[in-house]
Amino acid sequence: MLPILQVKQLHKQFKRLKAVNGVSFEVPEGICLGLLGPNGAGKTTTVEMLEGIKTPDKGAILYRGKPLGDEFKNKAGIMFQSTALQDFITVQESLELFQCLYPDVSDLQQVIQDCALGDFLDQDTASLSGGQRQRVLLAIAMVNDPDIIFLDEPTTGLDPQARHNFWRLIEKIKQQNKTIVLTTHYMDEAYRLCDEIIIMDHGKIIAEGTPGDLLSKHFNDVVIQIPVSVSLETILGLLEGQGKLSFSRNQDRFEICTSDVNQTVKLLLEANISLSGLQIRERTLDDLFLELTGKGLRQ
Amino acid sequence: MRWQRFVSILRARDREFLRDRSALAWNIIFPLLIILGFAFAFTGDQVNQYKIGVIEQHEDALLTFYTTDYIQFIPIEESEKVLAIDKVKRHQLDMLLDARLKRYWMNDSSPSGYMLEKVLAGSGGEAYQKQLVQGEQIRYVDWLIPGVLGMNMMFSALFGVGYVVVRYRKNGVLKRLKATPLNALEFLSAQVVSRLWLIMAITSGVFIGCNLLINFAMHGSYLNLFLVYVLGAFSMVSMGLIVAARVKSEEMAGGLLNMLSWPMMFLSGVWFSLEGLHPWIQKLALVFPLTHITQAARGIMLDGASLSAILPNLVALLVMSIIFLLLGVLLFRWE
Repeated sequence: MLPILQVKQLHKQFKRLKAVNGVSFEVPEGICLGLLGPNGAGKTTTVEMLEGIKTPDKGAILYRGKPLGDEFKNKAGIMFQSTALQDFITVQESLELFQCLYPDVSDLQQVIQDCALGDFLDQDTASLSGGQRQRVLLAIAMVNDPDIIFLDEPTTGLDPQARHNFWRLIEKIKQQNKTIVLTTHYMDEAYRLCDEIIIMDHGKIIAEGTPGDLLSKHFNDVVIQIPVSVSLETILGLLEGQGKLSFSRNQDRFEICTSDVNQTVKLLLEANISLSGLQIRERTLDDLFLELTGKGLRQ
Repeated sequence: MRWQRFVSILRARDREFLRDRSALAWNIIFPLLIILGFAFAFTGDQVNQYKIGVIEQHEDALLTFYTTDYIQFIPIEESEKVLAIDKVKRHQLDMLLDARLKRYWMNDSSPSGYMLEKVLAGSGGEAYQKQLVQGEQIRYVDWLIPGVLGMNMMFSALFGVGYVVVRYRKNGVLKRLKATPLNALEFLSAQVVSRLWLIMAITSGVFIGCNLLINFAMHGSYLNLFLVYVLGAFSMVSMGLIVAARVKSEEMAGGLLNMLSWPMMFLSGVWFSLEGLHPWIQKLALVFPLTHITQAARGIMLDGASLSAILPNLVALLVMSIIFLLLGVLLFRWE
């Protein structure tokens, strides 16, 4: 089946900065693709080229096998990282305005219901809260009954509750079999929503696949976390010096990566280390990114 | 071009402007304040000097009348005689004296003319023949109104389009619209039409309001005046599009718009006549749309000028509008 979007060898340079450097991938229809990367990785520039907002210096983007054109504009829903709406316009009027710009449109009442806008339809868009505003922008991205929806860091700046509410909205959209391209630097968001992810750094793709595949491909271990104490650091240092384990500090915890939990716990007990507060966690996309680039996702 | 998209953008822009009460009020109050202020400042008997135009004074240079204090004698060329008689009709001159023909012209409704006639008769001018003219007095405020209305249009057009589109670009509204099927022509047309009708509505309101308050002179055709202001507003809005085409910062846009509007405000003959200025400045003034708006509107309102009389101004405005519009559209970038 023809992918809904094919991206071939995209390049984009701003003065001396190579923002995107030879990026190629395909987006199968109906999936949610996550573009992950730290700030400045090139994901927003990549997405803006996919959206037709920026023109690539080199490379090609094909929508259903054809270069981006009117058909793409009619069937793409876009939610930018930061978008202002016209002043002194209500939510209802904003939705109607954007709906009038497209030849084929969604049922507006359904969009309003899906995005839970009913309570503030007559409110000026300038007076909305962050969460309400993002829902309005998502609704605007939906007014043309799009085949493909681009969401550029849609939950940045939202409180946890608003973010979870927003995730539920995206899950509803996924159920409608629409294709979603989501950029984010929250990996819990990517892990929950994305069927496939692409990790970018320095304008290049450094890993791609399903979240599960990527994690299992790069890791076969888990992380043992123990609360930080001075005496513990000394002992762990000795064990590391003997080549028995390696550890790192992550905020208020020491982290020991191991593929044999029993053996490691036994070692800690033999060294008279208290296991009080010990936690075991699975590898995350944060770990993957750290592994691949040497830096955290939010750096 | 799809009308539905054009109308949607037009309606959104209209709503934005009409709901911004402070901006709307300022657009109406600003010209009213200026006109009323000048009407107040130039009403009354503050002017204590009489003005007499004199043709070929050397023909009767010994007339003692010329030595009278508090009278300003203004030399008039023979070729300017008809114009000078018109000024007597409008009370812009209290009297016109032709020393060679031994005649004087005065307005039968001018108290100053009456006084000067008595002084002339008692100062060796008994032989001069009287020529009566009739006409209403043209007050400074009458002279001012056509230009002030044009000036208000200029600010509203330049800032209402130039500044607003730059703000849209800066805050991402244009970027969002670019992602839709809307094209630049549809967007810009909607901006032009929205601002055009709003300007005309506001100008009409100010015109009617001022007329009710100070009953200014209007001798020509309302339709012709409407045409001048529509074309004038169109040229100004189009000029605003050029500023809006590429600029990304509101500060830069503000600077450019001030750079355009201030010279126009002072060199287009809104506040004072350009006669007497250096010829090069008079020529420079002709590149400003506001000069043509002011000249044409003043001609219609004060002299009752016909369409053919103001044709050069209309053609200039039309040509400027087309050039500005083409440049604005060709240079326009969404981001």
